[in-house]
Amino acid sequence: MCKSIEDKGLDPFNVDVDDIIAIIQKYFPEWKLPEELCLDAEAIHHLASIIKLQGDWVKHRSTSLYTDPFLLEEKIQLLSKEELATLFLETWHPIIEFEQISLHSLDEATKYWQRLLPISERWLKTGSLEMETGATTREELVKLRILAEKPFLEELEVFWEELKHKVGGEKKIRYWDFIGAETYSETIKRAYMTSFLVTYGYATLEVHRLEEEIFIEPFEKPRSMLGKKQMVSIPVSVGFEEWMKWKEGK
Amino acid sequence: MDEMERRQIKLKRKAYYTRKIKMATHLLFYRRHRKPGVKGWELKRKLGSDYPKVLGILDDHLEKLDLQVKTVFEGEKPAGKPTLEQLDKARFYITLRGGLTPKETKMMGWRIDDIAGLATAISCIIAKKGKAPREEVEDLLRNKLPGWRVDINMNRYIRYGYLAEDENKQLYLDWRTRAEIDQKALVDLLLSKEKTLSNQ
Repeated sequence: MCKSIEDKGLDPFNVDVDDIIAIIQKYFPEWKLPEELCLDAEAIHHLASIIKLQGDWVKHRSTSLYTDPFLLEEKIQLLSKEELATLFLETWHPIIEFEQISLHSLDEATKYWQRLLPISERWLKTGSLEMETGATTREELVKLRILAEKPFLEELEVFWEELKHKVGGEKKIRYWDFIGAETYSETIKRAYMTSFLVTYGYATLEVHRLEEEIFIEPFEKPRSMLGKKQMVSIPVSVGFEEWMKWKEGK
Repeated sequence: MDEMERRQIKLKRKAYYTRKIKMATHLLFYRRHRKPGVKGWELKRKLGSDYPKVLGILDDHLEKLDLQVKTVFEGEKPAGKPTLEQLDKARFYITLRGGLTPKETKMMGWRIDDIAGLATAISCIIAKKGKAPREEVEDLLRNKLPGWRVDINMNRYIRYGYLAEDENKQLYLDWRTRAEIDQKALVDLLLSKEKTLSNQ
């Protein structure tokens, strides 16, 4: 019903919002499955759209443009074509514009055309561009940031060792205490590496939603979770303000 | 500052605005994009931050020719004096200042049927809060126009930018209606016409 009102522009006041809200509220505790909750969320979303349409309706009625559609329709039926057109012409102020080319742009275009090489020559020119081949060293590629200094997995394992070392006797460490560094860019780099530690099964995240705390726990041996368990993505915000807060609290 | 210096400053200022007005005329009269008109920020970039003043002077010049600089704001028209930000986001057009006579519209390629149909479609959409099903508008047009013309005319209004249609066959007022038609005056005229009809 809500959808047809949204799509077809029917009267939004046909929906008794309070009544539907009461029904949703009544059955809400019984829903257990995510699919059921999703359906509820969808219903609430459409109800919100209906409330917006009702708001727009009230707003429109209060504007000077409001006219009773039935009254207007009746009046249009009564007026002749000529009367309607004459009346409309009083309120119509057509846009004035030129579409023809000016002498100046014609002159510019002619000059451009004279300078322009035939397409066969232009294609030949781009096609025949040859680069001299040569040799480069690994150091040069590292300098150009095409290659990393250490292979990525090697770097990741060093990082994993660092995590294990930092955890020490404890089982886990606070996420920010591990990724936090002296500079913000370094912190970002550590957060990036940490995400790979978790994805590749070197460590796991423990999220305490109520306390709003995240811990990272290293595994003794890498565990491959792929295919065994459903993988879940955990978005973690590593903003500048959060970093500043962590640094001040350190 | 003596009289001579004052006159020189005045002349310089006049030359400055004459140059700017010429530039504004070129920008506004020639279509530069797919749609006619120029955005405020574009004018600001080409004419400088005092472009509202340049447009004001141009508007005064155009009045003699029955033309005007029309400002179409994004969203609703501001109640008071528009802010610079609102002007930057607005679109500017050159439009006819006064109205047209039925004879003149023939020269523009519009038949009286086409104009009456457009007036009906626009007023119907205004009355329905800016959105009406195409079928409903077409039914209204069919009362006065032959059936085969209705679809052709509707498509023409959409193509020209007077109306827009969404995937649910709902019609809306499009950019050209906002630029060319004084919607409030149209509603008022229709209502006042109703009074005369009911008095008869």
